[in-house]
Amino acid sequence: MKRRDMLVGLSGSVVAARAVHAADQSVWLSPQLPEGTREEATLETLPGKRPLIRLAERPPNYEAPIETFRTPLTPNDQFFVRYHLAGIPATDALNTWSLTIGGEAAERQLTLRLDDLQNGFEQVEVAAVCQCSGNRRGLSSPHVAGVEWGYGAMGCATWRGPRLRDVLAKAGAKAEAIEVWLDGADGPVLPTTPDFHKSLPMQKAMADEVIIATTMNGGKLPRLNGYPARVVVPGWTATYWMKHVTSIQVSRKPLDNFWMQKAYRVPAAMFPVDHPFPTQDNATTWPITDIVVNSLVADPIDGTRQPADGFSVQGVAWDRGHGIRQVQVSLDGGETWKPADLGKDQGPFAFRGFTFHTGKLAPGKYVISSRATNTAGETQVEKLKFNPAGYHNNVPQQVAVTAV
Amino acid sequence: MFRYLLLAAMLFAASAVAQENVALKPAPDADTVATSCSICHTLNYIRMNSSFLTPDAWKAEVTKMREGYGAPIDDQTAAAIIKYLSANYAAPPKS
Repeated sequence: MKRRDMLVGLSGSVVAARAVHAADQSVWLSPQLPEGTREEATLETLPGKRPLIRLAERPPNYEAPIETFRTPLTPNDQFFVRYHLAGIPATDALNTWSLTIGGEAAERQLTLRLDDLQNGFEQVEVAAVCQCSGNRRGLSSPHVAGVEWGYGAMGCATWRGPRLRDVLAKAGAKAEAIEVWLDGADGPVLPTTPDFHKSLPMQKAMADEVIIATTMNGGKLPRLNGYPARVVVPGWTATYWMKHVTSIQVSRKPLDNFWMQKAYRVPAAMFPVDHPFPTQDNATTWPITDIVVNSLVADPIDGTRQPADGFSVQGVAWDRGHGIRQVQVSLDGGETWKPADLGKDQGPFAFRGFTFHTGKLAPGKYVISSRATNTAGETQVEKLKFNPAGYHNNVPQQVAVTAV
Repeated sequence: MFRYLLLAAMLFAASAVAQENVALKPAPDADTVATSCSICHTLNYIRMNSSFLTPDAWKAEVTKMREGYGAPIDDQTAAAIIKYLSANYAAPPKS
C-alpha cells in the first residue's frame, strides 16, 4: 500500500461510532474493572457491528459484552476490535490491496492478490480463538497500565484460506530462515512511531494450523477485523494475527523492534509454552505466545437474580490447542466443584461450550465459577500469576447471583 | 516527503482534536495534554488508567510514549504533562 493511500485512509480512522442507550452498566461491564475504566466505558455501535463496549475510540479498542459468549462461535458483527495505531485504511484503499511475499531468506518475491490467495492454493478451514494478549488486563491485581480490558477481547471464528506454509513454499524459504516477519496496512499517525510489525518463528509459521484467512465464519473479514486478509495463528495470542497483512518476509535475523522486544513480553518460564520462540527470548523475558487454559461463564451475568427452582450455567472454555478435557462449575466461589457437560467439539483451537444445571437451590446468594482443564492436564490457576503487562489471567471468574 | 507526512499528520491530528469528545479536568496545562496526547490517541486512555496510576507510573507512561512510541514531546512539555496528570488523574503516591 502506498503512503498516500494510508493518509487518505486516515480519515476513516476516526471511526464513526454511535452511542447506545444502556440502562444499567452493571449488566455489561465487569465490576472488577478500575473505577476510571468504568466511568469511561460506553456501549457503542461501530459501522457493521452490533453494540460493543468502547474502551477507547481512537485507535479503536472495543470488546464484546459477556453475553456474546453464550455461543461457541462469535458472529463477525460481535467480534472485538483492537488497534495499536490510528492509521487504519478505509475499505476503498483496501480494495487495491496486495500481499508481498519474499525476504532475504526467500528464493524469490511474489505479489499476491485476494483472488490468488483464494484460488491459487489449497483452502484450509480452522475454528480458532482469537484472544488479545491483554484480555482481562483490567482485572489484574494490582492494576497495570494499558487498555483495561474486561473479559471480551476475544472471539472464536471459523477462518478459511491458504496455509502460510504453502504460500511460503512458492517463494522458496531457504534453510537459513529463522523468522517470518509480518506487516499490515494499518500504521502510525506520526512517522516517528514504530509501525506495527511482528514476527513468527519458522516452527510455528510452518505449522499445519497457521493460515492466511480471507474469510471469517463464511463471510468477508470485517474492515476492523483485518479485511481483506489476516494471518491466523491458532493457539497463540492475537498480537501475531496480523490484520490487513501486506507483507510476509522470510528472514535470517530476529525482528528487532518495539513490538517484539519491548511490548508483548512475559517473565521467562512463567507460563506453559509448546512452541518456543528462542530467537526473541532474553535472560528475563520471553515473547508472549501460547494461550493459557481458560473458561468464561457467559450466563448468568454477575449481580443478577436467578430462579431458586434452578437455572443453567453456560459458557465457553479454550486453551492453546491441546483441547478441553473437563470443565467444572462451583456455586460456592470455588469451595466445591461439579463437572459440567461439554458441548460439541469444534476442534482443539476453538471455544468448547459447556452447560451445567444447578437443580433446585435454597434462596440466597451464590458465587458461580467455572474451571477448565485441558488434555495436557493443566487447570486454571487459583491465584493470579501477576506479570507487569497483565497477561494470561486465567483465575476463575466469580459471578455473584441471588437465587429467589 | 517527511515534512509533508508530518504536516499531513498534524493536520489530521488537529481535526481529530476538534472531534475529541473527552473533556479533561480544567487546570493549567490541560490544553497541552490534550494537544500532545490526542495527536496519536483519544484521551479516553487518561481516565481509563486514572484510578491506579501513581505520579511515578504516569511519568513512566509519558517516557514510554516518548521513547517507545516516538512521541515528539520535548522535556518541558513532558514535565507539564506529568505534572497535570499527577495532579488531576493519579492515584496517591505509594509510600
